[in-house]
Amino acid sequence: MLVHSRGGRWATWIVFFVLFLPLFALPLLVVVAASFATNWSGAFPSGFTTGHYDAATTGDSLQALTTSLATALTASVLALTVGAWAALAAASLKERGKQAMDALFVLPVAVPSVVVGLAILVAFSKPPFLLNGTRWIVILAHTVLVTAFAYQSVSAAILRLDPMYEQAAASLGARPSYVLWRVRLPLLLPSLNAAAGLCFALSMGELSATMMLYPPDWTPLPVQIFAATDRGSLFTGAAVAVVLMGTTLLVLLAVSRIRTKASYR
Amino acid sequence: MTGIRFDGVSVAYGGNTVLDSLDLTVEPGEVMALLGPSGSGKTTALRAVAGFVRPASGRVFIGGRDVTALPPHRRGIGMVVQQYALFPHMRVADNVAFGLKAQKLVAKGEIAGRVAEALEMTGMAAYARRYPRELSGGQQQRVAIARALAIRPGVLLLDEPLSALDAQLRSGMLTELARLHRELPDVSILYVTHDQVEALTLADRIAVMDRARLRDCGTPQELYRRPRTEFTASFVGNANLLPVRVEPGYVSFGGTALAVATESVAVGASATLCVRPHLVGLGDGPNALRGRISEVQWRGSTHRLYVEVDGHAVKADVRELRETPALGDEVTLHFASEDAVLLSAGVGDG
Repeated sequence: MLVHSRGGRWATWIVFFVLFLPLFALPLLVVVAASFATNWSGAFPSGFTTGHYDAATTGDSLQALTTSLATALTASVLALTVGAWAALAAASLKERGKQAMDALFVLPVAVPSVVVGLAILVAFSKPPFLLNGTRWIVILAHTVLVTAFAYQSVSAAILRLDPMYEQAAASLGARPSYVLWRVRLPLLLPSLNAAAGLCFALSMGELSATMMLYPPDWTPLPVQIFAATDRGSLFTGAAVAVVLMGTTLLVLLAVSRIRTKASYR
Repeated sequence: MTGIRFDGVSVAYGGNTVLDSLDLTVEPGEVMALLGPSGSGKTTALRAVAGFVRPASGRVFIGGRDVTALPPHRRGIGMVVQQYALFPHMRVADNVAFGLKAQKLVAKGEIAGRVAEALEMTGMAAYARRYPRELSGGQQQRVAIARALAIRPGVLLLDEPLSALDAQLRSGMLTELARLHRELPDVSILYVTHDQVEALTLADRIAVMDRARLRDCGTPQELYRRPRTEFTASFVGNANLLPVRVEPGYVSFGGTALAVATESVAVGASATLCVRPHLVGLGDGPNALRGRISEVQWRGSTHRLYVEVDGHAVKADVRELRETPALGDEVTLHFASEDAVLLSAGVGDG
């Protein structure tokens, strides 16, 4: 801590709690509170029930949860593969080419995701690229959106990777492909790991592009939450939201527990 | 038996020449030190042999084969760098086995034996199961050397291998490297260093580099006793360089006549007289120089005196003095005629 006096430290903590706690933590607590309530007319919710969770973990909502998990897992794996590949390729390009690649992969982040959704809808609604109405158009949109983040985090990691390791490997007679699989990728593993978690979390929460694309038999959880609150079932929506939040956090926790040998460096 | 030959090798980064037409031959089995200050081009020369920089012009030969256009992994070299570059995700044994596996040099069953042999040679056999992060700097350096030797390269490139070690470890490793070279007499070693002690101790020959150019090349004794350029004289052994005028049979330094061999330089010309500080004595004698003490440094077994003679600080390393002279004291220095080397001014410093 940079603040040394006791009084200064207290003041800093108070500012932190007053400014940041209401912004970051309290809204989430409110959702949790709402998910257990039957009624909310005063300052606090009233009536306690776990009934909303019965609805949130069965039927359509359960279906939506598995849909979201399947979409997020597929999209993350695809995004990580494509993003890491592109980042490795970009690293071997000259300055110009690398800038072009960086620009290409920042597009899905820079462009509003609703626009990306619309673009994919228009592009894949006619044969021979007819994906509209299938689950694949949702997975495709998620992949495009999260690949940008995978590319950026892997790019940053490659930049930090000391070239002396690949040079040492090359001096020992290792072909470039051998160096990639035995040295570079293992050393990048911690970053790939982190990128996977980021992609998964982003995909689990994606709503705006999904809204434009999802077919009736492939409704991800955020759409379910939106639909529930839209028709006035706020408490059910809150319960589904808590399920979404809990599942995402659990998966992220699991991913963060994966330690690689390289992360002990 | 494999040697290295640089044939007019130049390297430039964005119009900035970092290595200027280097011609140098490392004989098979020879230890050649590339000695120079930072930015002298010595590491660039080594990287040109390894294949990590591409010469703008000139050719590099390893064992008579032109490798200029070959990628690093096809050059058959071993390399050890200052920061060791051990793979952090592999155990010591896997690090050492890396080259053997990557090149499929030996049958699977023989890898363990070759790894054990290389680790034995560097005294690291007991650490095979450790990860690099569990080793000290000196131990990591030994593993890096074992890794390079496991593939039995004809050429070993060492890039400031001891710079990251503390002084005591460094002298130990110097002894080790000398022993390794005795055990592997066929391996040619190119040893990049800025440390003259390392170069003088290990090398069969030293190539002195400065500002992208090769300035001098010869055995350590030649360079030390008979330097050919001012740069060599001052960089190797930190010699006194006195500006003198050549007269028939002697040279004059300020108003003092000094009797040294003058055949190499024309009478009347300006020249530089090079005398090693440890060959300068305190007290009266031949070639006496009178001056005032401007600085005294105690170095344990010796005293380093700086004596102001005709506006020049002359360095003298003398055996530890019982009574340290005071600053400003007037003293006389002397040196034997045969200990001085006369360099015609500006030779080799273009």
